[in-house]
Amino acid sequence: MSQSAIFKGVVVPYLLLAPQLLVTAVFFFWPAAQAIWQSLLREDAFGLNSDFVWFENFVEVLTDPTWLDAALRTALFSVSVATLALGSALFLAVQADRNIRGATTYKTLLIWPYAVAPAVAAVLWLFMFHPNIGVFGRALNALGITWDYRLNGAQAMTLVIFASAWKQVSYNFIFFLAGLQAIPKSVLEAAAIDGASPRYRFWTVVFPLLSPTAFFLLVVNLTYAFFETFGVIHSLTQGGPGKSTETLIYRAYSDGVMNLNLGTSAAQSVILMLLVIALTFVQFRFVERRVHY
Amino acid sequence: MRARNIWPHVWLVLGVLIFSFPIYITLIGSTHDASTIGRGDVPLLPGPHALENYAQAWGSGGGRYMGTPAVQMLANSLAMALLIAAGKIVISLLSAFAVVFFRFPGRMICFWAIFITLMLPVEVRIIPTFEVMVNLSLVNTMAGLVIPLIASATATLLFRQFFMTIPPEFVEAAKIDGAGPMRFFKDVVLPLSITNIAALFVILFIYGWNQYLWPLLIINDRGLETIIVGLTKMIGGGDSQNEWNVIMATAVMALLPPVGVVLLMQRWFIKGLVETEK
Repeated sequence: MSQSAIFKGVVVPYLLLAPQLLVTAVFFFWPAAQAIWQSLLREDAFGLNSDFVWFENFVEVLTDPTWLDAALRTALFSVSVATLALGSALFLAVQADRNIRGATTYKTLLIWPYAVAPAVAAVLWLFMFHPNIGVFGRALNALGITWDYRLNGAQAMTLVIFASAWKQVSYNFIFFLAGLQAIPKSVLEAAAIDGASPRYRFWTVVFPLLSPTAFFLLVVNLTYAFFETFGVIHSLTQGGPGKSTETLIYRAYSDGVMNLNLGTSAAQSVILMLLVIALTFVQFRFVERRVHY
Repeated sequence: MRARNIWPHVWLVLGVLIFSFPIYITLIGSTHDASTIGRGDVPLLPGPHALENYAQAWGSGGGRYMGTPAVQMLANSLAMALLIAAGKIVISLLSAFAVVFFRFPGRMICFWAIFITLMLPVEVRIIPTFEVMVNLSLVNTMAGLVIPLIASATATLLFRQFFMTIPPEFVEAAKIDGAGPMRFFKDVVLPLSITNIAALFVILFIYGWNQYLWPLLIINDRGLETIIVGLTKMIGGGDSQNEWNVIMATAVMALLPPVGVVLLMQRWFIKGLVETEK
């Protein structure tokens, strides 16, 4: 931008930036720095003294089999949520893209679950799958399948995966539909004239053109499954039964808030921060490419 | 040909039914009495108790765990959502304006400082942030609920990108007319940004309304309970003997405002969703 298109002054821009920078410094940078500092300390049993222990907390976390289990469980959970949410959204978007009547109506009817809070989604699913009062919970038991997500870890995991994915499908649907509608019709017609079957056209023409959108959505969905599903797990299973639905975020929360284990909780926070940084990096590297695309 | 065209409709109707069923059964649950649900006999059709269930949830709350009236929790959630959305938009407009239309030392450092907050969600710094809140006596206050959440890298990035498309001639013309930066902001930048502000507002309102971990951490005063956290507290361990009718009525009230915003402002919503991801 040329010099004449810029306002003079140094005080004014600092004043304009002050509110944002203040909030950022006090509530983001200071706590993040504290987390890093605390992750290197260990308090004694009474919380009176703390010693500088270098990376002992990290070693403790990373060699704790229950933490490693939680990490593995988080990976399984996130991949399942992302696969389920992306797969069903893509399928529905392809159906809605087929030049049919009422596409806008279907769109309206499919996008609103986005607005439902993860914790509320959990309440709705609990009400359907409660073993005693839920429509489906009772039906499963009547069919002779012993269903009780409060006792059976695998069933609890299945339930949190479905409740979490249900909410995310609308988001993916909107982006897949936009991606599909951006594909030039001439390309598809050319393929059709060449005699390619609809299925063949989808996998060889449509899907490759859609892959930037799909990749972007994969990162968004994994981030969602990692961080935002805390509400689903906290209100549906509290990480239980046992530890069968305890994800890394839930673990950091329960170690810090319930068990007041500051050192290892801080070490977990730092590990999770590194994970977010990696995910954000991937996302922005990709978005840059998408702009040129 | 006709037979083939029917399939997309079949799949979409099926999809809509699957996605709507959880809401439908919740609506049904909110129209029966507690004992019908407690016995496990929830019918698939509405019952006659809707009015009293909603009246109880609205006026006195339910469950043995707590009795906060939904009207109060809804007011808290509304205040929180509106303040977060408005706060994020205001401070992001100001920061983006400063970064785009001024040149000052440390400009890019400020920009990156804001950008980096994307990588520090509350979830990864729970305890230290809570300590800051205690030190500033912000626990159990509306200010504590809102202020830490109003920093926004996404909104700042969006406004920055949009401001960079404003033709330089506009600035030159304003300067020739003798208008200062704030005059330019008020008379040119704001009116041009209205559609972006509207789109962002829809997204941020939903974001604010649906907050969970943050209110759970810093609010334990029932007078400030938000509807989402209050609802999940009503469930407790998920007993069959809960007043599920009242809980379901509360759930409907908890999801109606954000869902209503999405449906009524659908065009802004989609624009906002797509823009914030660019």
